[in-house]
Amino acid sequence: MKIIMKSLAAIAIVTLISCGGKEEKKSNDIQIGQKPAATEASTETTNASSDVKPSESVDLTNKGIGPIKNLELPAEIDQAMAAKGMEVYKTKCMACHKPDKKFIGPAPTGILERRTPEWIMNMILNPEEMTKNDPLAKALLIEFNGSPMANQNLTEEEARQVLEYFRTL
Amino acid sequence: MKKAINILVSLVMVAGLVSCNNGENKKGSKGQGGLATNAAEKVYVAPGEHDEYYAFFSGGYSGNLTVYGLPSGRMFKEIPVFSQFPTSGYGYSEETKPMFNTSFGFVPWDDSHHPDISQTGGKLDGRWIFINGNNTPRIARIDLETFETVEIIELPNSAGNHSSSFITENTEYVVAGTRFSVPVPQRDMPIKDYKGNFKGALSFISVDQETGRMGIKFQLMMPGFNYDLSHPGRDKSHGWFFFTTYNTEEANTLMEVNSSQNDKDFIAAVNWKVIEDYVNNGGGTKMPANYAHNVYDHDTHLATSTMEKEVLTVDPTKVPGAVFFLPTPKSPHGCDVDPTGEYIIGNGKLSADLTVHSFTKMLDAIENKKFDGEAYGIPILKFEDVLAGTVKQPGLGPLHTEFDGKGNAYTTFFISSEVVKWKLGTWEVLDRQPVFYSVGHGMIPGGNSREPFGKYFVAMNKITKDRYLPTGPELEHSAQLFDISGDKMELLLDFPTHGEPHYAAGIRADILKKNSKQFYKLADNKNPYATLSEADARVERKGNEVHIYMTTIRSHFTPDNIEGVKVGDKVFFHITNHEQDFDVPHGFAMIGANNAELLIMPGQTKTLVWEPKQVGVWPFYCTDFCSALHQEMQGYVRVSPANSNMELSWSLGED
Ligand code: HEC
Ligand SMILES: [Cu+2]
Repeated sequence: MKIIMKSLAAIAIVTLISCGGKEEKKSNDIQIGQKPAATEASTETTNASSDVKPSESVDLTNKGIGPIKNLELPAEIDQAMAAKGMEVYKTKCMACHKPDKKFIGPAPTGILERRTPEWIMNMILNPEEMTKNDPLAKALLIEFNGSPMANQNLTEEEARQVLEYFRTL
Repeated sequence: MKKAINILVSLVMVAGLVSCNNGENKKGSKGQGGLATNAAEKVYVAPGEHDEYYAFFSGGYSGNLTVYGLPSGRMFKEIPVFSQFPTSGYGYSEETKPMFNTSFGFVPWDDSHHPDISQTGGKLDGRWIFINGNNTPRIARIDLETFETVEIIELPNSAGNHSSSFITENTEYVVAGTRFSVPVPQRDMPIKDYKGNFKGALSFISVDQETGRMGIKFQLMMPGFNYDLSHPGRDKSHGWFFFTTYNTEEANTLMEVNSSQNDKDFIAAVNWKVIEDYVNNGGGTKMPANYAHNVYDHDTHLATSTMEKEVLTVDPTKVPGAVFFLPTPKSPHGCDVDPTGEYIIGNGKLSADLTVHSFTKMLDAIENKKFDGEAYGIPILKFEDVLAGTVKQPGLGPLHTEFDGKGNAYTTFFISSEVVKWKLGTWEVLDRQPVFYSVGHGMIPGGNSREPFGKYFVAMNKITKDRYLPTGPELEHSAQLFDISGDKMELLLDFPTHGEPHYAAGIRADILKKNSKQFYKLADNKNPYATLSEADARVERKGNEVHIYMTTIRSHFTPDNIEGVKVGDKVFFHITNHEQDFDVPHGFAMIGANNAELLIMPGQTKTLVWEPKQVGVWPFYCTDFCSALHQEMQGYVRVSPANSNMELSWSLGED
């Protein structure tokens, strides 16, 4: 008897609450100093067998995810294009990337020795998807404490100019 | 024991009933029981999906405009228009303060009433939405790419700017009529000498089709009645404008009795094309005036205010064929024209019947000079000659009528708390639905145009009472959404609105959403205080003014350590947001600032003034949760004593 009563009471309470439950969720919305995903994901993506940081790792096959599928770089650096790229970089990237020193994000100096041109372009043009689904970009996001690589809405042409500028560094 | 079980069982049952649907077990007057119909399904917009319509509700005494989705009734945004808005810094930032300049000085509040969306060829085009400030007469234009107020023009010679802001078929004019007549020009005179001495100005504000810029083309100086609401002619009556009047008695005290004496007041029919011609040919009288014209520029992110010194006035008796009075019973409120332009509906708020005038008959009466006397030199047409028909005893206290484009009209009744659907031409009542409670205006998206989207009707109720959970003496006003696609109106949804909506304008979502701006291009930022490259971030002193040229990007300010500020300085934070992506604003809050915060959109520059009063090291931070490292988005200003020799310095990181 008691058991029946208890369970009835429980059903009653559950049903009463069922539509008012929303209020409780609010509390876990925002927490100071929270670093989402960082701890959780690091175990899964960090390569346990090496101590090389993702920013220093070399991957010259991965083309990344995004609009750029294939990009052949001519042997000669196009200096005019690189100069345009530097202008774009100054206004849209410098706030987070110093050319030769780690800042909010990694330094681009020597980046073409570590990454494919396609991967770099896709990182610039499609950072949300890259840091979500590309293993290398995802690992970078974790290394940089969840600080996002901003989508600065460059055109493909501008991104290409920035890439040319990176070649001069 | 048994009793206890019974109680529990019934508790379970009650819980089940109450939990999600409060239809069945309440008074019949409450709702129509969501489960009995498919009302819930009709208003359900699945997570991630979009509403079918935008609806813009005036905020009344909030001074603003709120944006809702229909049919869900979800509120998306409050657009600050006539009121300071600490949420974004509108009216507090140095860039936007000039928006509130008037001939009375800085007026950071108003009472916003009737929004109307721009049109081309009688159809909503979604370029701009206009709204009137009732108290200190002003008209605002809101850009529907950015959903920001971009222009406010003050109206001289006006007071209680209520028969506003309604738009002609091609947005040639925004029209604004004065509710309160006043001495023109203003002067020191006995109030009791009102009659015959006060004037009612009807302002025709032209709109530049490229830029949207407003300018007062002319003011028609009418007799000193109260001009309550107005409506442009449509289609065949395009070129005319109609205004309801009350207090044709010209009483100046105890108006609630004294201005309800006349059996009929007037609808004033104004042929603005004739007046436009007259004015274009040099007609009218320029009179000295003083009114503010405030414009916000999207490239400089800066408002500027200009005082205009002259206005062109037109005496209606000097322009033959321009103005006529249509007698209309008992203090008409809403003045509505059907989508064909033939019917002009006067909602006589103290009358038992609805009066409908015929545009064709009006033209005929004018042509045949069938006048029934005149008032202040303006011909009065004979009531019987212009009457198209009456809707007999449809309800009590009619306020306003909307149209569905299928030959039906929907009138709101304040006193009898109902919406009545009736047929144009036959005047028969087709349906009536109670509303909760005391409805003011109603709105059908596109209802003000030649082509209404006749699917929904929204009732804007004045009284809420028990409709929602009680929240103390003050309640938000309630809106009610009806499906009007069938023969009978069907109540779908109650939803709360903000402030006191006096009217709303709705438009199909696909017309607007493709144009909505996602961010401002940094390259187009022409603000004189912008910092376009992080390398240019700096601090400069000019006497006791300190100008901090700061940039933001996730998640830091440059610079974030500033020293050399002194007590007594006036510190300007000129902040440029370097993000170039959708929905990444940064906020800026400074401890002890006597104004507000700033919310800076990507690519935008805004300026906040801070006057430090105490020595110390004072933090500032970003208020918008911008990234996982948002909590780290902060900085310090060191404030030294007024007589200190501390030099200015600033930094970010080690540099
Ligand atoms: C808001 C700061 C921010 C801005 C602005 C920004 N980035 Fe980044 N960027 C980062 C961060 C942080 C990373 C590391 C990955 C992550 O955390 O998502 C990164 C990673 C990168 C990488 C990969 C580097 C590597 O070594 O693998 C490239 C390439 C890059 N950014 C280019 C750019 C370009 C080009 C711009 C300007 C158009 C730019 N970024 C603007 C923060 C930024
Ligand atoms: Cu921020």
